[in-house]
Amino acid sequence: MSLHSSLEMHIATRQQEPVSPDTRDFVFQIDGVSVFYGGFRAVRDITMDIVPQRITALIGPSGCGKTTVLRCLNRMNDLIETARVEGRISYHGEDLYDKQVDPVEVRRRIGMVFQKPNPFPKSIYDNVAFGPKIIGMKDDLDELVERSLQNAALWDEVKDRLKDSAMSLSGGQQQRLCIARCLAVSPDVILMDEPCSALDPIATGRIEDLMQTLKDQYTIVIVTHNMQQAARVSDMTAFLTAEIHEEQDRRTGILVEYDRTEQIFTNPTDERTENYVTGRFG
Amino acid sequence: MSDDALGQVQLDHRSLLLRSEKATKRARIDRFWRTILLLAVGVALVPLASILGVTIYRGAGAINLNFLTENPPFSSGVEGGGYAPAIFGSIYMTGLAILMSLPLGIFAAVFLVEYKRSRLAGPIRFFTDVMTGVPSVFVGLFIFSSLVVDADLFFGTVPGAAALAVLMLPIIVRSSEEVLRLVPQDLRNGAFGLGLRRWQMITRVVLPAAAPGLATASMLAVARGMGETAPLLFTALGARQIVTSATGTPQGALPLQILDEGRQALPAAVERAWAGSLTLMVLVLLFTVGARLLAARSNVSSLS
Repeated sequence: MSLHSSLEMHIATRQQEPVSPDTRDFVFQIDGVSVFYGGFRAVRDITMDIVPQRITALIGPSGCGKTTVLRCLNRMNDLIETARVEGRISYHGEDLYDKQVDPVEVRRRIGMVFQKPNPFPKSIYDNVAFGPKIIGMKDDLDELVERSLQNAALWDEVKDRLKDSAMSLSGGQQQRLCIARCLAVSPDVILMDEPCSALDPIATGRIEDLMQTLKDQYTIVIVTHNMQQAARVSDMTAFLTAEIHEEQDRRTGILVEYDRTEQIFTNPTDERTENYVTGRFG
Repeated sequence: MSDDALGQVQLDHRSLLLRSEKATKRARIDRFWRTILLLAVGVALVPLASILGVTIYRGAGAINLNFLTENPPFSSGVEGGGYAPAIFGSIYMTGLAILMSLPLGIFAAVFLVEYKRSRLAGPIRFFTDVMTGVPSVFVGLFIFSSLVVDADLFFGTVPGAAALAVLMLPIIVRSSEEVLRLVPQDLRNGAFGLGLRRWQMITRVVLPAAAPGLATASMLAVARGMGETAPLLFTALGARQIVTSATGTPQGALPLQILDEGRQALPAAVERAWAGSLTLMVLVLLFTVGARLLAARSNVSSLS
């Protein structure tokens, strides 16, 4: 089990202050959540709490509903015509799906970084200044742009060409620009949907380092296909898997185990988790 | 690892130079059909090439600066004079028409693309398609009865432009719809993820990204509108001097003037009609080629 032991090493070498979920308030409390697309149930009975200023990773095989769960957290699923969410998700104790809640306000507080870098076809500066301008933040934009780019570890690479098109950046730089764009509107949570899947290992490393610094200020939830990445960066890990319904050839995602990352990767309680993290399945 | 660990595999290779008997027959059939296709393309190009050729040949001789700047002579039989009122009227009315149809067309296209959930989207798309196929003389008749007669505007620039706008509208809707669909969904997600409302997403992200493509769409519509004759017959009516007023005075247009003089048995008039045709063709070509160039440089395609 070379993979297994290398994962253990990752965890052992990281100076990690312990997570103590019991003593903290939760950012999200996900309680018995199922998501339907039309008549088809994509995920079933997800219950987990997300702690602030930590990185929570959602891992699992393809089609297990990781992204679906993530998109519930900032109501991006609302944009899919047939999507419906059952159960309760509370955000700092408030029902995220309450009729009074404006999904636009939700998305302003809970930022999102997508799988494929998606900068707007504008200049680097305008990409970062875009959100604050529209929301009507009246701060000093130049300073805000600089700060956001610095926090996204991109400033030094682009400070001399802020007026250049964002499309001229490399994939990794574009993804950090998207993170900067997200930071510029001062979110509370950052959701990342496989943010490194389109990037090479060096760019991936940069983003992972960046996540470590960002968690001092932000709560991060990341979906990743890459188990090593979950082991390297996250504090908490949720393992999801898919139940396959033979008769309809459809899958419903379920949450198998949710615990501290160290626990999930070294001493999982569920056999399915162990099979997955040791590479025997998935 | 020793060599024999891989084992020896007997390679069975037949020379590439050995061809099966059927190969030559297949090659012959291929050549035959290729020739047929080439001939068909050639035949299809004949009308286009001859139209261009004859128009240039007959028109180029009669065209000069006076033709572009002077009024037509008082009698069609007289030589000289020009199509300035017709050129002016065509540009004036097509310009007005694009001002009327472009905002409406883009609004409709935005609705079709960004509000797919609406139950109205299907019927709107269907009626737009129907409108594309409506014979242009109907449109002229419709504007004649509604604006010229009922609204009592008389023949002139605005009714002519309105008729052109009705014809250009479906073209703009459908081509803008295509352009807006090309804007990557990722950009919309990015905008929503930042907490933009739908209208902010549309005005700040989708429309700017689609702008070059929308310009292309409008130029194609202009090119189409410029060459229309039937809708102008009983809305603009035609003029032999430059008309600047928006209503109350019949307005000229290149196709009208060409129709008016091209069917007369007077060599001087027919010659001017050829020169007018060349002018119109060049104008239409300018807009079509401009649209192509703009489309090629458009950044929509490079986004995805």
